[in-house]
Amino acid sequence: MTQDPLSSIIATEAQMLEGGWELIVGLEVHVELATKTKLFSGSPNHFGDEPNTNIDPVTLGLPGALPVLNKQAVELAMRIGVALNCSIQPCIFHRKNYFYPDMPKAYQISQYDIPLNIDGFLVLPSGTRIGVERAHLEEDTGKSTHVGGATGRIHGSDYSLIDFNRAGVPLVEIVSRPDIRTSEHAKEYVAELRAILEVIGASDAKMEEGSMRVDANVSVHKPGTLFGTRCEIKNVNSIRALGRAIDYEARRQIDVLDSGGTIRQETRHWDDAEGRTHTLRVKEDADDYRYFPEPDLVPLAPSAEWVQAVRDNLPMLPAARRTALSALTGYDTQSEAVIVVVERGQHDYVQAVVDAGGDAVRALIYVQQGFADAGPVPAVPAADLAKLTVLERDAKLSATQAKTVLAELVEHGGGDAAAIAATKGFEAMDTSAVEAMVDEAIAADPGAWAKYMAGDEKASGAIVGRVMKASQGKADGKIVTAIMQSRRG
Amino acid sequence: MATIPTTASGIAAAIASKQISAREVIDSYLAQITARESDIHAFNLVTADAARAHADAIDADIAAGRPIGPLAGVPIAIKDNLCTHGVETTCSSKILEGWKPPYDATVVSRLRDAGAIMVGKTNLDEFAMGSSTENSAFGPTRNPLDTSRVPGGSSGGSAAAVAAGFAPVSLGSDTGGSIRQPAAMCGVVGVKPTYGLVSRYGLCAYASSLDQVGPFATTVADAALITEAIAGHDAMDSTSIPQPAPALVASVSQGVTGMRIGRVTDLPAGAEPEVIARLNEAFAALEAAGATIVDVTLPSLSYALTAYYLIAPAEASSNLARYDGVRYGLRVNAVDTNSMYGATRAAGFGDEVKRRIMLGTYALSAGYYDAYYGKALKVRRLISEDFERAYAQVDVILTPTSPVVAFPFGDKVDDPMAMYLCDIYTIPTNLAGHPAMSVPFGTGAHGMPVGIQVLAPALGEAPMFRVGGALENAAGGVK
Amino acid sequence: MSPSGTPISAADVAKVARLARLDIDEANVVHFTEQLAKVIGHFSDIDALDLSGVGPMTQPFPLVNVLREDIEQPCLDTDEVLAAAPSSDQRRFRVPPIIGLDD
Repeated sequence: MTQDPLSSIIATEAQMLEGGWELIVGLEVHVELATKTKLFSGSPNHFGDEPNTNIDPVTLGLPGALPVLNKQAVELAMRIGVALNCSIQPCIFHRKNYFYPDMPKAYQISQYDIPLNIDGFLVLPSGTRIGVERAHLEEDTGKSTHVGGATGRIHGSDYSLIDFNRAGVPLVEIVSRPDIRTSEHAKEYVAELRAILEVIGASDAKMEEGSMRVDANVSVHKPGTLFGTRCEIKNVNSIRALGRAIDYEARRQIDVLDSGGTIRQETRHWDDAEGRTHTLRVKEDADDYRYFPEPDLVPLAPSAEWVQAVRDNLPMLPAARRTALSALTGYDTQSEAVIVVVERGQHDYVQAVVDAGGDAVRALIYVQQGFADAGPVPAVPAADLAKLTVLERDAKLSATQAKTVLAELVEHGGGDAAAIAATKGFEAMDTSAVEAMVDEAIAADPGAWAKYMAGDEKASGAIVGRVMKASQGKADGKIVTAIMQSRRG
Repeated sequence: MATIPTTASGIAAAIASKQISAREVIDSYLAQITARESDIHAFNLVTADAARAHADAIDADIAAGRPIGPLAGVPIAIKDNLCTHGVETTCSSKILEGWKPPYDATVVSRLRDAGAIMVGKTNLDEFAMGSSTENSAFGPTRNPLDTSRVPGGSSGGSAAAVAAGFAPVSLGSDTGGSIRQPAAMCGVVGVKPTYGLVSRYGLCAYASSLDQVGPFATTVADAALITEAIAGHDAMDSTSIPQPAPALVASVSQGVTGMRIGRVTDLPAGAEPEVIARLNEAFAALEAAGATIVDVTLPSLSYALTAYYLIAPAEASSNLARYDGVRYGLRVNAVDTNSMYGATRAAGFGDEVKRRIMLGTYALSAGYYDAYYGKALKVRRLISEDFERAYAQVDVILTPTSPVVAFPFGDKVDDPMAMYLCDIYTIPTNLAGHPAMSVPFGTGAHGMPVGIQVLAPALGEAPMFRVGGALENAAGGVK
Repeated sequence: MSPSGTPISAADVAKVARLARLDIDEANVVHFTEQLAKVIGHFSDIDALDLSGVGPMTQPFPLVNVLREDIEQPCLDTDEVLAAAPSSDQRRFRVPPIIGLDD
């Protein structure tokens, strides 16, 4: 679907906060790339090993060490750029100079004003388009643990311990434009981004494990005025926490502004247990990063052939799958069935069922309802499921009966639907027989029928129940209801 | 016992042909070190035991008929800013005193694989910042030709080691002249190869876009031999030129017939008159040997010093930030990490290093980048373009290496600018990334040696060694 | 934009010393300021040059696209590395409390 580029930055009534405030959110997402080795050296990129074992002179920032760029990291970064509709351009690396114990060189090799991927966008499942300013490569830092304090945090600690296993792991930093207007959209953005990253093989993008880290830049303003001062929120470790943190911070800022105060530009730490943000540290002397081009690396200019190969080989993205599944079944791209089935990676399976002669709508519903734990490649052969959908479509089985047969197929990893139905004595009743049963049920419960005639939909249940009992479940519930409606007139 | 040859090529040949053992050679050089090192202080560390063990191993290989490398048994001194696995590497700084690297620099491995025997780690100006080796945290090195004078810097120890007969060859590093200038001051040959020709992996970085590793030797042929041994692509260095080591020894005796030698008519002033006299004699000698002298101009050359003293300190300020007391080297304890940084670096770095770090930090800082570092990078391009134009007319260019002969200790320590001016003729080459070498050519004031610098375009080592060889012949040949 | 001829002040020196994490006492700040001012004063010579239209030169030798394959290489020995550390604990590098720095 086409999206008017401006519509994403004009808040609708539904998106505004109480008191006429508009929320402005930009997200910076750091993603650990799924390479075998680090960005600039050959030690393993592997989580969970003994501390300080995945180390080499480059990782430790030893005197004399020099960086050499990992080709696969570039490949994955380019996949991210293509998936986010960015332009890929010749680029260079810069040094970002600052002191911190987990920074082995006291500078981070990153990209500054000429990054690899620029000017992209991500369309949320719900349709809003969020701009992506850039997605660039940089190296990760080591990990510090703080010992001795009560909370395991820096304040009050006696000392800190540094593990450099993570130092040098390739990261892509994805920076959105400040186009996000609700905490729900923020969560949607991160979820969709995660799904994309997983599908293209760039990262397993797990917030809880730290392979995807989200920082939120949050500000509020009244529409028609300049954007307000923003605060950066760190330590958000799940999508749920992201929503809570944004909601809290928006509320905090509004309270400050409503009572005549001003927002101080700062970095704030989200405390999930307490459900609030607090100031990380007041900086007296803002660090000047003294960016300059990294002299130990040469420019990166991916060839047109390489870029084209990345485009050609990129797997189908979730948005495209939702569109395809929608076109196949007639269900909306934002319907739960479509979203869930694509999320589970089962779109190809539904297509396979249709290719095998199955009914598209029924295939979608069966998969949504019966294959929650089946994964992207369910055990039930597509052809088997196709046959079941046809039986129901052709009214040889009622919906209830089909559901039972489906459960059997799932339990046994396949089977002959018709044979299973026959074993259970399932057969659909012809319509005149159903009509007769409906009339009998009406005659048996005139009270319920009177209520139903008067418009009480709930009263239909009694009649339908009688018919289902009398038919031992063979009557198709939809047909019973249709008959009742026509009797009512 | 056979006489110990004085050149690396002579030693290699004598050992390979079993005229002499590697152990005899190393013992002879170690004896020379023992005799004079206390006067010279060329070394931070003499690795005598390891050297003897290595020599014995080579002799065993020869006895058993096992293959040996092309430099088997050749003693070599290594500048103490090159990482040597398990052997102290200090950069002549308190901040790395006692540090033993867990890995070897590529050039160190290549030399060892070729069979060369390290006799020790040589003294330098701290972190290669200086032109006299007076900035070493462990005391200066003395010029073997006159111990009241400096050997030059920053590779003063490596130059002095060769001049004093402690090793036939040594390795230094050159960022603004740190091989060539001490070579000139000590009367030996010194070579800075094309940027990227020799790997920088394992060289403790001073200025990343300027640093190069190169040899000192008593002869041009030996310098070519060592350059061959260490040059060539290294996958561990992204700035390494993707080509194998060039063959260079053959160029040394090729002569200069038909070559065009550039004379810079707008050379910045400041050279001692004797130095200029030697330069003119050098031109005359080359002309007599069949070359043509062509006048060239390099109008941006006088700005090279400024560009260098903005670019080098800027890169250095970043390269030296890793010396923070966290992972290796000196740590001065403090109540918190930030205080620890400040105390450690204040105690660990000498004044010149601090000056350059501050200068570099200033040049890169917000609001000053464009005026300083940014501008310097543009001046660098102007200089490079000047050279390009000149090399369209000539094969090499000749200048003095150093404007002055070796000066007495203390002469320039209090005036940084005066010290920086020592590099006025060597700096442009580093900015352009070109090769250059210094060849001893007579003496100047106080009988101290004068070096003539041969400059060549990128990857122009062959014409450079041709002219170097011819100059050496004219100067009286092998010492 | 300040011209390169502006001498550096003691406040500038104190500021860059802080940025570079060099503890320098007041007397030395003054001393260094004098020396650095002289050096920087020399730099005003490049103000005479017309640098419009001149591109910056960050690399002497024009290489591009130097990449390596994503293949594991041998790592350093942890014991050897920790032995060189000023302080270590539980196989990690130990540092005093991390205060006064960016998080």
